[in-house]
Amino acid sequence: MADVAAVSDKGVHQDTVLNTKRKRKKSIQSPFWLNLMYLPVLLLFCVFIFYPFLKGIRLSFTNWDGYSPTFDWVGISNYIRMLHDPNIGIVVKNTLIYGVGSTLFQNIVGLLYALLLNKSIRGRGIVRTIVYLPVIVSPLIMGYIWYFFFQYNSGALNDVIGLFGHAKINLLANPQLNVWIITFVNTYQYLGIAMVIYLAGLQSIPKDYYEAAELDGATPLAKFFHVTWPLLMPSVTINVVLNLIGGLKLFDVITALTNGGPGYASQSLSTMMYKLYFAEQDAGYAATLGNLMFVMITVISVTALMYLRRKEVEQ
Amino acid sequence: MNNRAMKKNALFLLMIVIAVVHILPFYLLLTTSFKPESDTSSKWLWPHALYFGNFTNAWKHAHLGTAIVNNVIITGIAVTLVVFLGCLASYPLARFKTRLNKFMYTVFVATMIVPPLTILVPLYKFVAGMGGMNTYWAIILLHVTFNLPMAIFLFTGFISTIPKELDEAAMIDGTSRIGLFFRIIMPLLKPITATVIILTGVTIWNDYQFSLFFLQSSDSQTITVALSSFFSQYVNNIGWVAAGSFMGALPIIALYLFLQKYFISGLSSGAVKG
Repeated sequence: MADVAAVSDKGVHQDTVLNTKRKRKKSIQSPFWLNLMYLPVLLLFCVFIFYPFLKGIRLSFTNWDGYSPTFDWVGISNYIRMLHDPNIGIVVKNTLIYGVGSTLFQNIVGLLYALLLNKSIRGRGIVRTIVYLPVIVSPLIMGYIWYFFFQYNSGALNDVIGLFGHAKINLLANPQLNVWIITFVNTYQYLGIAMVIYLAGLQSIPKDYYEAAELDGATPLAKFFHVTWPLLMPSVTINVVLNLIGGLKLFDVITALTNGGPGYASQSLSTMMYKLYFAEQDAGYAATLGNLMFVMITVISVTALMYLRRKEVEQ
Repeated sequence: MNNRAMKKNALFLLMIVIAVVHILPFYLLLTTSFKPESDTSSKWLWPHALYFGNFTNAWKHAHLGTAIVNNVIITGIAVTLVVFLGCLASYPLARFKTRLNKFMYTVFVATMIVPPLTILVPLYKFVAGMGGMNTYWAIILLHVTFNLPMAIFLFTGFISTIPKELDEAAMIDGTSRIGLFFRIIMPLLKPITATVIILTGVTIWNDYQFSLFFLQSSDSQTITVALSSFFSQYVNNIGWVAAGSFMGALPIIALYLFLQKYFISGLSSGAVKG
């Protein structure tokens, strides 16, 4: 893996050199009709992303119920309603916990796993496979599996608690705990991706750097903070941005474990939108929340991206 | 020396602990699915005798047969389209970095940030208006659209690393631009194509949000939708739900164990390169 990355980096470099040399000549040579090759993609994006996106902004100014052919314009009243919604605070807070919490845990644990499983220990390949396995299982099914674990009546965790003579605990109905249980399950599910990206990053760090650091008498900790960490920054960027986008729009795991309940206690913006649309025929307001979600995800992930990219350039 | 060996053993032990912790949920899934309803022993205990009733019942009541066929059709066609349209689009974007193409690339990749859910309401209205509810074509086009940004990101990155001399040599030999793309460039894309197939394949196979919304009839349901309605119906019959979940996850777990080398190396090479 490391070799592939190293070789390709070289390729990019050579390519850019050649590129600047022949830039002018090339761009004149390329016939314009070649751009038709991305026309199908552009068309799909216009129909299924850009057009509905604009429509969504429009719908957020209506009281459409999701079914009837007619609706009224209500101005910004959906947005005012959002500001005064007694549940919006908890839902936005949950969405942030799912997004930021999962990102933190996934990166810390994923990095620790990668550091351990990068050492030459017998059987590390099998352990990597096991840690990565949940990534490919549907998050909904993963949610059900953990439901068997945390469930009240015959949950596996309560069996253990019972062994110690303690009464059963209804963890999933506990509004303080279930948000963190969902964050934990999401972390567990995608830990494998973080680990694999960090492993690839670790393997692309040239061995000479460590040898040089050792000659200077660097301790393992110093080696980590002065060699490994700065060179791992690109992997950190990818992991953080991917995990943020994934966590902030979390849906399946919540549905499987608590269905957002009790009340709004573990609801995220995604599950609340579904509830509004499906159960409450409140499509105009659902569209408003959709726009809020888009703004949240864009602001948070672009900020994180720009901050981390700058860190990469510095070293 | 002895100190070093001890340290190595400690790390090995730590690794075993990690493996056990991560395998536990799957173990619990297995024990739960092989126990009859009458068996109320702890999920931690392996069943006395393997009971297969949960599997036959779940298969029948969750309509898993139909669901798996739907999953295969939708995922197969959608992934093929993502790969084809994705590499086709990436060629001019990677090779001819005109101002227009740079702009287009940014737009294509930036759409990754748009969560499908935020445009769900208008999308639903639009698809329903076109008669696309419970149809293969609508859900396939949706999956294709939302998986293309990642595919274009990966393909464009990869094509940029292929030397341009190759194009020029082929052109001098009299190949047309299109012939060049299909005969020279496409065969070189194999490793990144594997990555794209795996990433988008897993995403589409496991999708729940879109399928829940756009595939509501029992004939068109996919595995996740079938299981979720099965779950809400038989939530108290945990053995059935476990067996259903197990069967729903089995095809992709089997595929993963079979192709795990590509799964992991594909993800890491794609991510690091990008």
